[in-house]
Amino acid sequence: MPLDDRYQLAFRLYPYARSADQDTDRPVRHPVVVMGGGPVGIAMALDLGLQGIPVVLLDDHEGVGQGSRAICFAKRTLEIAHRYGCGRPMLDNGVLWNVGKVFHDDRQIYEFDLLPEDGHRNPAFINLQQPHFERFLVERVREAQAAGAPIALRGKNRIDAVAVRDDHVVIDITTPDGPYRIEADWLIGCDGASSPLRKMMGLDFEGRVFQDNFLIADITMKADFPTERWFWFEPHFKSGDSALLHKQPDGVWRIDFQLGWDIDRKEEMKEENIRRRLDAMLGPDVEYELVWTSIYTFQCRRMRNFRHGRVIFAGDAAHQVSPFGARGANSGIQDVDNLGWKLGLVLNGTAPESLLDSYDLERRHGADENILNSSRSTDFITPKSKISRAFRNAVLDLAEHHAFARPLVNSGRLSVPCVYDGLPLNTPDGLPGGPARTRPGAPCPDAPIGGGFLLDHLGWDFALLGVGVDVPDRFDAEGLTLRGLTVPAEGDIKDRYLGDTTCAVYLIRPDQHVAGRWPAFDAERVSAALARSMGKD
Amino acid sequence: MFLNTLPNITDPDGFYAELLGVHEGLSDEDSIALNARLVLILANHIGDRAILTEALAVATKGGAK
Ligand SMILES: Cc1cc2nc3c(=O)[nH]c(=O)nc-3n(C[C@H](O)[C@H](O)[C@H](O)COP(=O)(O)OP(=O)(O)OC[C@H]3O[C@@H](n4cnc5c(N)ncnc54)[C@H](O)[C@@H]3O)c2cc1C
Repeated sequence: MPLDDRYQLAFRLYPYARSADQDTDRPVRHPVVVMGGGPVGIAMALDLGLQGIPVVLLDDHEGVGQGSRAICFAKRTLEIAHRYGCGRPMLDNGVLWNVGKVFHDDRQIYEFDLLPEDGHRNPAFINLQQPHFERFLVERVREAQAAGAPIALRGKNRIDAVAVRDDHVVIDITTPDGPYRIEADWLIGCDGASSPLRKMMGLDFEGRVFQDNFLIADITMKADFPTERWFWFEPHFKSGDSALLHKQPDGVWRIDFQLGWDIDRKEEMKEENIRRRLDAMLGPDVEYELVWTSIYTFQCRRMRNFRHGRVIFAGDAAHQVSPFGARGANSGIQDVDNLGWKLGLVLNGTAPESLLDSYDLERRHGADENILNSSRSTDFITPKSKISRAFRNAVLDLAEHHAFARPLVNSGRLSVPCVYDGLPLNTPDGLPGGPARTRPGAPCPDAPIGGGFLLDHLGWDFALLGVGVDVPDRFDAEGLTLRGLTVPAEGDIKDRYLGDTTCAVYLIRPDQHVAGRWPAFDAERVSAALARSMGKD
Repeated sequence: MFLNTLPNITDPDGFYAELLGVHEGLSDEDSIALNARLVLILANHIGDRAILTEALAVATKGGAK
């Protein structure tokens, strides 16, 4: 197969350059190879590289793809990006929004405010074009490389075959200079929804295809729609069964039209037909330019297992959701957050290899939650029978005047990080009366401390947090040194970490999830909980 | 609490006539829409998730033993 681009590039960020690995007699062995340079692959390389773990990323293109995909990035993603050192440009360039309006036909039936809670560094959501999100990640990789992080990005390096052995993977690569071979102790498959790696390994990817087509049009226009998310069911302008309007940076607007299942794609993609729909929606006087258009169908599915020996899948390669709720890229970044520290501890010999099975368990749990939510949204937006349409329209009909029906309106349940409830790395809750939102398995909510934010002090390593009670500054256990942070019991921290109790000690994982919590510091309990979260049980 | 399947409506014949009355003259489609609204309104009034599940099970089973 020739090495042609499958898509247009927005930014050419890692042009092909011959590597020394192409001139050796024996294949060079690397600790970690990442397949695919989408948002998930780049974040993976960044996470490992910043830990000092040598990582080689191979992508079959030379940069970030053009085209409109993700635009909504959630708070948890921004928190993780902040930990990687690239949250700032995302925030500075993203569009902040909080208000959503839902219309049925020509009536507004419902309005919501994401009501962002105070005392967090990051907003609930920003809108930012995916190519920019990816560019900021790559720019951070360049910065990290300059500071010595052992990351290699190899563009125009397509993986064509793998041989999976018990303790390594043999990888065959095609480049503009011809083929070469390398080996990896670990291969991370971040090669997207149609993952060639999955196919090479003959692995399943099961779930539901939704019988619907969505036309996505990104346009620039001079119109003063507010910075809100507007969603129409059965819109009066008849441009689709549903429609979505959402603002992006640089005066670009995302518009979605639901076209139905039986359509002539070629006909629908003609500019005059796209413009006919847009004109009906925007009115005759609005001038606009088409930036990008495309037709998508959506699926919700996942691999049965994300870990297959020395090969681990992450992002769309492992699970795919419909975009309602913005759970695709946002959940892929949480995969990376979860896998990074575990692989780090396994590679440096501190934790057993079985710790990686907890990645499989925890992120399948996350994927199931995302699939459940986005399937339900899709079922509401695309009723699949006469009766489901009748109930859907009954909800919409009642929602305008009856508050009870509004929580049933589902135009997408927006991405929130999942809580690893009941999974083996957690130590059962030892803090009676503690808030539910900080129970073991939950991601730590941010809170202001001393002019900065709590999450700035957590992450990368295991940490101890003492709220209203002292924890040691350093604590050695299980081959690790834990940092201790003692903070006064006041303000948002008190609400979020103490609830009805007066003091608490939290053991926090390197991905900022709670591993265990107690009323006071107890070295033995903390050590046992630590061992457990390192997969030693 | 559990689903009350014993007689509980004070004026059964009157209620039944009123139920049919609101459907009078409606097309099948409009009747289906009305029933859907009614189900949602009553379900919200009950609220209790366990009772709703029980009701759905009883309705699904219908007359079958
Ligand atoms: C219309 C639409 C709207 C969306 N909106 C949102 C949203 O608002 N928020 C959100 O979070 N998500 C959204 N998503 C989902 C989001 O775009 C994806 O979840 C995200 O791109 C997945 O990232 P990834 O890195 O896993 O895969 P991809 O971005 O698909 O990257 C895979 C990479 O692997 C490379 N590759 C493939 N094969 C090989 C090979 N053989 N060798 C080397 N490299 C290879 C590819 O070239 C590519 O660079 C949306 C998706 C769509 C379609």
